[in-house]
Amino acid sequence: MIPLSYYLVLSGILFTCGVLGFLIKRNIITIFMSIELMLNGVNLSFVAFAAQWHVLGGQVFVFFVMVVAAAEAAVGLAIIIAVYRTRETLNVDRIDLLKL
Amino acid sequence: MTANLHLWLIPILPLIGAAINGLLGKRFSRQLVVTVALLFSGAAFAMALWIAAQFSSLSVPYTEFLTPWIRAGNFQVDFSFYLDQLSLIMLLVVCGVGFVIHVYSVGYMWEEGGFYRFFSYLNLFLFFMLTLVLASNYLLMFVGWEGVGLASYLLIGFWFTKYSAASAGKKAFIVNRIGDFGFLIALFLMIKHFGSLDFGQVFKSVQPFSPETAGVGLLTTIGLLLLIGACGKSAQIPLYVWLPDAMEGPTPVSALIHAATMVTAGVYMISRSHAIFERAPMALTAVAIVGVLTALFAATIGICQTDIKKVLAYSTISQLGYMFLACGVAAFSAGIFHLMTHAFFKGLLFLAAGSVIHGLGGEQDMRNMGGLRKKIPWTFWTMTAATFAISGIPPFAGFFSKDEILWRAYQASWAYWLIGVFTAFLTSFYMFRLWFLTFFGEYRGDVGLPDEPGRAAHTSHGHGRHGIHESPKVMLVPLVILAILSVAGGWVGVSGSLGGSDRFDKFLGPVFRSTALKVGVQLLEPGVTAPPEQQTEGTEPKTGHATELMFTGISVASALAGLFLAWLLYLRRPQLPERIAHALNGFYEAVLNKYYVDEFYAALFVKPLIAVSTKVLWHGIDQGIIDAGVDSAADGAREVSDSVRHMQSGNIRSYAGWVALGAFAVIAYMVWTGVQ
Repeated sequence: MIPLSYYLVLSGILFTCGVLGFLIKRNIITIFMSIELMLNGVNLSFVAFAAQWHVLGGQVFVFFVMVVAAAEAAVGLAIIIAVYRTRETLNVDRIDLLKL
Repeated sequence: MTANLHLWLIPILPLIGAAINGLLGKRFSRQLVVTVALLFSGAAFAMALWIAAQFSSLSVPYTEFLTPWIRAGNFQVDFSFYLDQLSLIMLLVVCGVGFVIHVYSVGYMWEEGGFYRFFSYLNLFLFFMLTLVLASNYLLMFVGWEGVGLASYLLIGFWFTKYSAASAGKKAFIVNRIGDFGFLIALFLMIKHFGSLDFGQVFKSVQPFSPETAGVGLLTTIGLLLLIGACGKSAQIPLYVWLPDAMEGPTPVSALIHAATMVTAGVYMISRSHAIFERAPMALTAVAIVGVLTALFAATIGICQTDIKKVLAYSTISQLGYMFLACGVAAFSAGIFHLMTHAFFKGLLFLAAGSVIHGLGGEQDMRNMGGLRKKIPWTFWTMTAATFAISGIPPFAGFFSKDEILWRAYQASWAYWLIGVFTAFLTSFYMFRLWFLTFFGEYRGDVGLPDEPGRAAHTSHGHGRHGIHESPKVMLVPLVILAILSVAGGWVGVSGSLGGSDRFDKFLGPVFRSTALKVGVQLLEPGVTAPPEQQTEGTEPKTGHATELMFTGISVASALAGLFLAWLLYLRRPQLPERIAHALNGFYEAVLNKYYVDEFYAALFVKPLIAVSTKVLWHGIDQGIIDAGVDSAADGAREVSDSVRHMQSGNIRSYAGWVALGAFAVIAYMVWTGVQ
């Protein structure tokens, strides 16, 4: 049986990677992937706790998060395509105005 | 039980006229403006006449309650109107002279811009003046009092693009404020001590007081404060300085407001408050002294003025001084009598002067007139009637009223009489000087010659420049009406010594004797013997008549002397005045410059006030504290925003960084407190 702390450390590493990627990367696709990484890091701690305490709520939550993440990916990619068509760039530093 | 007179309609009618012309008049044709203005002022006059016709069947004093105004605890003030003999006379004078001057204005102002505005203001003035004379309490009277001040301000500054007119309007308004301050304090004292401002109630509360001969008591204080108010409105020393400047207004305004009606409001107010003044002999003496000094002072200035309207302005101040003198010796009915005759002849003098000015295309300097007798005969003859009336030559109106005042003044103190008679001489002199300079001798002006650029300033009023001409009929008819009144207006009050029956005095009797003291007024002046109340009863011994006749003779002689001197100096030997002026160089200079009173006031009050206002109030408090406070608050807000706005860069990653930092701080705090 793998102890809970292992899962939590891995979850923390994944989340931190996501945060750092979000902060450091300029490409909007990479930033998007960093967000998914953060979500999955949190998902991991959810299922770990669920298994530990034998509560199904945590696993159910993960499904919700995955559904939301999928919807988010669909909407987000659509927005990214639209942005690319108008600005011809995916560099977030160059998309810093709330207007065209 | 008396019928409902609907007194309130009298002031309201001109107000409606003012509202119609003021709000809509801009689009009206001149004819329509005139129709509205004359209709409503004429209706007020007609109502006044109707009330006068049935006056004898009324039970006076008649009070008409309209609607409550202020109710605060036991204190209450209503919109209610009061009619007795005194207000009836004021009503007739104001409405009558007011209407006649409205008619005159049609001709005088026809070519002016702002025609509707003029008539709107004129009607507004009538509204406030009628409120003043019909009010049944001091507060409503004060509303009218302030209102006529406002109308006066608006009309003096009617040609507001002219700097001198605008500042003359301001001066009149501000000087009047000083007087109103006294009036207001008097009202506060009445509220405090009598709990009411209603005429009837106040006079009833005053009834038990005995005359305050010993020191300055409550009634003396109230009386003196009322006197300050009256001095402001009626242009007496020391607050007379606004009236000569008020001549910047159109001439009908000078006639109506600054000669016939508004300036007499002070006399009316003092007469109305006679119950207070009779019990405050010191205040009465102050009224008399102010009056007699003003009469003399203004008359001397009038001698040296060269502007025809300025002469009349100083003459008005001087005549108002006579009325104050009459009130001051408790001869209120004589004062009101002079008020009435003065309204006729001074109104006429101004209108006739206006006709002269009109005829000369705006010329006001008498040195540029002369020989106009043949050219404008109607104006000449009406002016002649007024000149004889004001000079006190029998049987013209002014003779009877002035004689009455002088006789009553003599009974109070021979000093009043002496100054009064000397002033009568001066009055006659400066009036005939005006008369001779304007209508006799050679014409000295240049109107009638072809256009000349130098006179542009005078013709700025827009009068035609087409030579000397008589005024149109619409101006002449009012002149004739007032001329008839100036001749005959005094006959209603022929005194007993002249074979009359003092009808005017008897008519006003109920007003002035109902609340009179039983003990009689002991004036402070030496040489006073009889209480004035008894003198008017017509119970004087026969010897009194002989003495009175003698004094009448003296005043007529002094008036004739004035006439003769004016004839000598200004018609017979016109080079003499200059030599006399040369001989009396210093004195002449002082009189010519109006005794430097304006300069004195400027140095003593106006300049320090402006200096304090500029340096302390404006630059110090307003700019230094208030403005600086507001400005620095705004500056501070902008600086804080300036530094904070750099956070909002539009860079997503920096936002995310801030979020991460915030989240880290929150978690760190929770962990740290959890550890604790």
